[in-house]
Amino acid sequence: MTTWSKTDMQHLIAKRVAAELEGPCVVNLGIGIPTLVAEYMDAEDIYMHTENGLLGVTDVEEADIDPNLVNAGKLPVGEAIGSSFFNSSDSFAMIRGGHVDVAILGALQVDQTGVIANWAVPGKNIMGVGGAMDLLVGAKKVFVTMSHTSKDGSSKLLKECTYPITSTRSVDMIFTELAVFEVVNKQLKLVELMPGITIEEVQAKTEADFIH
Amino acid sequence: MSKVISDIQDALACVESGHTILVGGFGLVGAPLSLIEGLTEKDVTNLTIVSNNLGESGKGLGILLNQNKIKKGIGSYFTSNRDVGDKYQKGEIELELLPQGTLAESLRAGGAGLGGYYTTTGVGTDLAKGKEEREIDGVNYIFEKAIRADVALIRAHKADTLGNLVYYKTARNFNPLMATAAKKVIVEVDEIVEPGALNPEEIVTPFLYVDTIIQAQQVLTKEGVVNK
Repeated sequence: MTTWSKTDMQHLIAKRVAAELEGPCVVNLGIGIPTLVAEYMDAEDIYMHTENGLLGVTDVEEADIDPNLVNAGKLPVGEAIGSSFFNSSDSFAMIRGGHVDVAILGALQVDQTGVIANWAVPGKNIMGVGGAMDLLVGAKKVFVTMSHTSKDGSSKLLKECTYPITSTRSVDMIFTELAVFEVVNKQLKLVELMPGITIEEVQAKTEADFIH
Repeated sequence: MSKVISDIQDALACVESGHTILVGGFGLVGAPLSLIEGLTEKDVTNLTIVSNNLGESGKGLGILLNQNKIKKGIGSYFTSNRDVGDKYQKGEIELELLPQGTLAESLRAGGAGLGGYYTTTGVGTDLAKGKEEREIDGVNYIFEKAIRADVALIRAHKADTLGNLVYYKTARNFNPLMATAAKKVIVEVDEIVEPGALNPEEIVTPFLYVDTIIQAQQVLTKEGVVNK
């Protein structure tokens, strides 16, 4: 059984999903683990879009932080050469209109057909859909990054989502600290085990049916 | 004719209890912080606030929320202010959650004189409940109504005295859309210049949308919100 600190686990997942990106492409990063993906992207022809109105997001040195230049998670970012600013309607026209190649999102739950839930927990103060529903209908590919299990150890890959779903569209790939899955014909397919992980461990921690 | 007013309460004179108010900003970035503070000092209640978030806990619109002046919030992401959820659980505020792209497009439609539009966003989810569904060329869409309001409170970087506006980096967000979708539009800016000083190619909001301009008295810095 492998264990990580939360930070190490998040970086492990972020590094792996970054390796999946091939330029030239436009990538939208969601809040949480997706934000970390930027640290592992080194190709010059991968451009980052943020829903709050910037195409051409880069990281920023502490000294250059501008409080009015932030990403979707409201964290400070920089502007790349060739970047542009636009209003929220134009930003979501890019997303909904199919002009963004890849969206990388976090999720609370994924079902065994690749449908995700990531915007609400009934009875709790989590009521934030943000741009998630728009990204799911509009991005050419959707990658999900998340821890494989919740804090109580229960699987986040379920037969059916118990939280409200974000879209009827299945995502394309799921990256956890244990494994990488592709969604093929509405079915989860394990395509890679993370280093040091056995198939038995993945099976023990996954409620959803998957093929491998 | 100059649209510049020096006193914030004079600028907010058109705001009445029961009004629907658009408030710009993505969190505190691009939020009209001086106008929001002015609203917290004004005796109004039962407001419907349309804004991406309802501020942060005790900051921006969060202050107005804690004063119980907000009857209903319409936005896309309320998770960033815990107080919103607490009030909602206690039944002290109505909330209407919209996907962020739908919020933006509904404002654009409202400002452009449209009644609404069809979108694929949200189809098959809880947020589509009660909304008309329609198939167009084999794809399912839901109908979303346009949003129009009594007043818009927005933030820009520079205004000329006519009301032409330019914005600053990601502080633009919902502001140019909200400038088009309310009966009265009040803007606070970092700098006010004479007509002719702004390059016509860089103006994002042409002056015909803007009614009143004030000089911002609160600004967002690395250290947080400070008085100017």
